[in-house]
Amino acid sequence: MLFFIEVLVSGLLSGVMYSLVALGFVLIFKASGVLNFAQGAMVLFAALTFVLLQELGGSFWTWTGWLSLVFAAVAGVLYLLQRHTVVFKSPVVTGRLAALIPVAVLLVLGLFYDGGQNMWRAVFVTLLIFLALVVGARAPKAAAAVLLGVALACLFAGEINFWRSMALTLVVMIVLAIAIEGIVLRPLVNQEPIILFMATIGLSFMLEGIAQGVWDANVHALNIGIEDVPFKVAGLFISRFDIFAALSAGLLVAGIGVFFSKTRVGRALRAVADDHQAALSVGIPLQHIWAIVWATAGIVALFSGVLWGSKMGVQFSLVLLTFKALPVLILGGFTSVPGAILGGLIVGATEKVFEVFVGLPYLGGGTESWSPYMLAVIFLLFRPQGLFGEKIIERV
Amino acid sequence: MIYREAGQFKTTYPADQAIFPIAQDRWFVAALVVVAAVVVPLTANQYWLGPIFTQFLVFSLAALGLNLLTGYAGQLSLGTGGFMAVGAYACYNFALRIPELPLFVDFILGGGCAACVGILFGLPSLRIKGFYLAVATLAAQFFILWIFDHVGWFVNYDPTGMASAPPRTMLGAWATENGPLAFLAPVNFMVSGPNATPVVKYLVTLVIVALLALLAKNMVRSTTGRTWMAIRDMDIAAEIIGISPLKTKLMVFAVSSFYCGMAGALYVFVYLGNADTEAFDLARSFQILFIVIIGGLGSILGSFLGAAFIVLLPVLLNITASTFGSGTLSSDTLSNLELIIFGGVIIFFLIIEPHGLARLWQIGKEKLRLWPFPH
Repeated sequence: MLFFIEVLVSGLLSGVMYSLVALGFVLIFKASGVLNFAQGAMVLFAALTFVLLQELGGSFWTWTGWLSLVFAAVAGVLYLLQRHTVVFKSPVVTGRLAALIPVAVLLVLGLFYDGGQNMWRAVFVTLLIFLALVVGARAPKAAAAVLLGVALACLFAGEINFWRSMALTLVVMIVLAIAIEGIVLRPLVNQEPIILFMATIGLSFMLEGIAQGVWDANVHALNIGIEDVPFKVAGLFISRFDIFAALSAGLLVAGIGVFFSKTRVGRALRAVADDHQAALSVGIPLQHIWAIVWATAGIVALFSGVLWGSKMGVQFSLVLLTFKALPVLILGGFTSVPGAILGGLIVGATEKVFEVFVGLPYLGGGTESWSPYMLAVIFLLFRPQGLFGEKIIERV
Repeated sequence: MIYREAGQFKTTYPADQAIFPIAQDRWFVAALVVVAAVVVPLTANQYWLGPIFTQFLVFSLAALGLNLLTGYAGQLSLGTGGFMAVGAYACYNFALRIPELPLFVDFILGGGCAACVGILFGLPSLRIKGFYLAVATLAAQFFILWIFDHVGWFVNYDPTGMASAPPRTMLGAWATENGPLAFLAPVNFMVSGPNATPVVKYLVTLVIVALLALLAKNMVRSTTGRTWMAIRDMDIAAEIIGISPLKTKLMVFAVSSFYCGMAGALYVFVYLGNADTEAFDLARSFQILFIVIIGGLGSILGSFLGAAFIVLLPVLLNITASTFGSGTLSSDTLSNLELIIFGGVIIFFLIIEPHGLARLWQIGKEKLRLWPFPH
């Protein structure tokens, strides 16, 4: 009995981490109706960027810091120009300016940076910061603030690599989200869901290639300072790391819940989720909302990447988390945040208990690959919209 | 100018309902058949016959099956690899355990087994739709592969877990001296196993795929296909006008899985020779789905165009890379570049033509019809 509870608890705890991955899917599906297959690739991308930035040396950070500072200054100047002159009010003009000025900086710094092996990574980071600025030409104040933050983190965080890597990776994920919105999704507005789904599969190939091309394909250990030792509660051995991961996942989910229900942007997000056209007609800019949602999903991907990466190492198999999240999604309903949590708990518990008590002794093991799917299919036969999905009302 | 149907009058209904009502189309298809059946086997080398043409035909067949399901009946499926595996392993077991059977009967039985499994996993489609159904079909994918990995009987307890296609002829004992089809004995070549030549393999695949494609074309332009499309467009409305969703959905799952199962059996017997479940993993399912989307949903021709695209793109990338990048780029970088370019090309295609290559072909024909005038 005690052993059963132990298995159950460890299943529930890993279930929380499944729901963290599923959360990224839910966010995007709610706001844009896209089943984002690339979420797993985004987890890998974020985790690889994070862990490899952490391994980079001091000169890289000083360089990134100064570069960010320069770009922050450019963004600040843009902001002042936009406020005080008529010509620069046009985002086209400021966009071009934002593109022109830093090209010189980019060339000088990118070409003469003496990082040797880190050269490509330096160019990658330069490009990102540059993109952030071009994107930020519409909102230079925000761009300036973010870049200033990154510059400070890079220059003054000293040897505390964790936080400055975190800051830079956050920027990377936000820029990535905006780029995806602009390059992939905007031309595909109004297409059928399956076309968008296919596009995200293409996207996931690209992200896998870019992540492994810019960084590398080795397994990287990621230590976030929580050692994985079991401790004893009421006669049960529970992993300390799992508790920590579950707690921080819970915090993130709660934070997103508050963001969705209490803030102005959150209300706009919910409006878009309810009805695209109605939201557009009351003046909610759909494209900004999509960029925000993808950025949020990127941040969720970073968190799940860091947590899963420190559990099993940062490696290619992080992409496969997608297939852990999918049954969670259909159990909980594609559009429901609480559904993702509950679905994650159910899936985590079932697959562990089934594997330990039925799979290993009787079926030869490895049942984790399909048992959540079978569970979800059987469940859906009785409740086709999942646990918390909206009731499907169909009219002819 | 060249492609003009003016003056081609039809005097009978059958003539009007022909698959290729325009004379130019008929000539073109006839030329294509001659090229595929005569010119290609005579001129192509082993590399082009095997990995390019045969693989292209097998993937076209699988894509055809998925296109019937997704493009014509609107049921999104990610379990194609699983259904292909059922066909392949069933065919392998029939060929191994009942050696008297001719290979083409094995193929059909393999397809039939896949159809049965398809009906089973099609049952959820009666209740759930869209992406929920797509994820539910992943259950088929993972469960089927797990079974084949864990039950040794399916691979005849082979220690490597590989199913090796036994050497068989298409007509088996039927076309030996005492069989009922003795006059066919001289052309009863080896199709599988080490002694089969690539030309024979290619021709057998070509005949099977052509026959099944013809069957599919006729299905989709008859009552059967029209009920599928009615279910796709709105299943409630279809039910009200008297189409049974149960019968139609299960039928389309059965037909689609039959095609996929045949493709899986051909893939192992004719192309790979021996295979384990990795040949039918999720990547295969996605590959087939890519073929369908890039070729064009709801188009028989699209399945072939898409398969050609997907088979040729990596070859082209490889040739380009080895021409320009050999020596300067490591193989790691190359495989990553291939991923990036492949993903990019897919996104690019979806953006410029979401209806696939079949639509581009249609536009091209329209242009030809009007040429040299713009309107």
